[in-house]
Amino acid sequence: MATFWIILTGSLAAAACALVGSFLVLRKQAMLSDAISHAVLPGIAIAFLLTASRNTVPMLLGAGAFGLLTVYLTEKLSQGRIMSDAAMGIVFTTLFAIGVIIVNLFAGQVDIDQDCILYGEIAYVPWDRWFYAGIDLGPRPVWILSFVLLLNLAFVISCYKELKIYAFDKNLAISMGIPVGIIHYALMGTVSFSTIAAFESVGAILVVALLIVPPATAYILTEKLHVMLLLAVFFGVSSAISGYYFAWWTNSSIAGAIAVMTGIFFALAFAYTKWIKSKTQKELKEAQIGQSVILETTSN
Amino acid sequence: MSELLADFFLLRDPNVRWVLAGTVLLGLSAGAMGCFAVLRKRALVGDAVAHAVLPGVCLAFIVAGDKDPLVLLLGSVIFGWISIVLMDYLIRESKISADTSIGMILSVFFGLGVVLLTYIQSSGNVNQSGLDAFLFGSAASMLPEDVMVFGLVSLLVIIAIILLYKELKLVSFDPAYATVIGYPMKRMEVVIGTLLVVTITAGLQAVGVVLMASMLIIPAAAARYWTDSLWVMLVVAASVGVMAAISGTFISYSAPSMPTGPWMVVAAAVLFTLSYLFAPKHGEVRRWLSLKKDREKIGWENILKTLYHLEEQDKNTERARTRNEILKKRRVQPEELKKSLQKLCKMNFVSRLPGEPESYLLTALGRERAERIVRVHRLWELYLTERLNIAGDHVHDDAESMEHLITPEIEQQLAVLLGEPTSDPHQSAIPYRHSDKGGDV
Repeated sequence: MATFWIILTGSLAAAACALVGSFLVLRKQAMLSDAISHAVLPGIAIAFLLTASRNTVPMLLGAGAFGLLTVYLTEKLSQGRIMSDAAMGIVFTTLFAIGVIIVNLFAGQVDIDQDCILYGEIAYVPWDRWFYAGIDLGPRPVWILSFVLLLNLAFVISCYKELKIYAFDKNLAISMGIPVGIIHYALMGTVSFSTIAAFESVGAILVVALLIVPPATAYILTEKLHVMLLLAVFFGVSSAISGYYFAWWTNSSIAGAIAVMTGIFFALAFAYTKWIKSKTQKELKEAQIGQSVILETTSN
Repeated sequence: MSELLADFFLLRDPNVRWVLAGTVLLGLSAGAMGCFAVLRKRALVGDAVAHAVLPGVCLAFIVAGDKDPLVLLLGSVIFGWISIVLMDYLIRESKISADTSIGMILSVFFGLGVVLLTYIQSSGNVNQSGLDAFLFGSAASMLPEDVMVFGLVSLLVIIAIILLYKELKLVSFDPAYATVIGYPMKRMEVVIGTLLVVTITAGLQAVGVVLMASMLIIPAAAARYWTDSLWVMLVVAASVGVMAAISGTFISYSAPSMPTGPWMVVAAAVLFTLSYLFAPKHGEVRRWLSLKKDREKIGWENILKTLYHLEEQDKNTERARTRNEILKKRRVQPEELKKSLQKLCKMNFVSRLPGEPESYLLTALGRERAERIVRVHRLWELYLTERLNIAGDHVHDDAESMEHLITPEIEQQLAVLLGEPTSDPHQSAIPYRHSDKGGDV
């Protein structure tokens, strides 16, 4: 049963991240996921410290506040003398460092440690139960991640047309009167929620793998948005499942193994596209040779 | 605490000497090397490479069986290189964008590193304790031989930067020009990549892989606020790096359970914030002050102009005007008007006549100054209508802002260009320019 819950948690996190991560990849804002996932750490740590519990609502509030702070500070700094990528690098690494310091300072009081920040605690998910009125409703992360997945799904389905135009051609979206600002912030909001929800299970850095790599894998395989979304979810979930067994087999971190599996799926997909490309090129060449032979014989 | 400070800064503890030497060298090399990463818009590439060396360190440990710094160094350099090559390859050979490729390499390589690290931890090798110090750095646990290796690497990077200064400068600022004049760009890319990887590797033990990128980015970004010259930027960035290194090392020394990396980053961030706010030319405070001064100048110049318009209206240069009269002519906040008038009196452009209510009269100096503003305003309106064919009723707003900006030289050119005109598109007289007195304030 424990295995089932862990794989379910990983799959839910992967699916939720893949859905919104696809739009980050399309908008060329992939590193934003890295920034947000690092920068929310002090928010989470402070929320832990203040409430002395793993209560989800204060954690979301704390993380959300720091997520917004990151976006604001990055924009503010990049108006000056430095490029936006350097600005982003300054803001999120500093906030992350502050988060690590808080966690270390209050190591006894905070229920998270360095390892949890980096790898998450997906292995302990089955024991993190949610009790309501004395009834055991199953692992808490499963509930949270299911909720976030539904939220993301609702967002993508309800705003599908707007998101599609926004993702591929922002200027067209503006000229068509689509509220680009609202779409952008809604997307950032869902990215933040997914990051925070997945953070507990897979840690700060590996969330990035779930957000970027499966969508990138899907992106090189298809040109259609709905196919890309489905493929991204498929690769994310496949990575979660295979990653679990890979970790079990090598006796190592599940979150790390899931990240490695996303990379392997990408490598396979990439090799496949290369193979297809070289095959079509070869066929094209043969066809060209054939054509020229025909031409020569007819002209003779 | 004071005892601890003295121990640390007087270098009484021989171990402190070693550790400090190592971190200071690292601060120097990372600060300087970071300038090139930031200037070449590769700030986040450093982040990806820093994360990507973790599996290299772990593999080197698995192969060697102990924490020999040279072997770990080798492993990390190899993986750093692989990550750079892969990133470039993906950007070139697939439709993946640069930021996606950076994020992918970062997370997948780091994931691999985590897998290897946890594998080593569960394998029960007794030598593995302390390997996780590579995540966030631990200056306190550095041994003299570690410092020798890592410090030497930093030193090599610094020497390389000094020797290759001219080439690095050209490649950072104008790669297109460098290519055109036949520079071996491919070779330079390899050199810069190697220097970056080596710098990051040198920071492994002190800062750790997770936060190493910030030691590249933050000092360079802080230096950017102080100067426009590359070598000054290098010196400032290196100094910021050194100060951050000393602070981080001291905190880690006084509380060994504290990881060094985060404190170094926070110290660097504090220095960055100070630079961002208080740097002499480009700092926010300075910018804000000069913005305020400009706004004030525009404020009093407008009042001066209004007084002139009032004189023009009734052709009476003897009559003083009350504040209400001015307000009727020009819409400003009464508070602002009061401040501008005070300023004008102080500069001797306007004299205040006592009475109930107080009234104000232009001095000769003030009139000359006002004439200049009005002259520039009307010259500009004329230029817009005559030369740019803009309708006469559309030019006033533009002239309103230009009148505060046009320098005497441009004014002269405009007058010559328009043939020393005497009236503007609205048939108002363009005041004649008497002298150069009462020029720019």
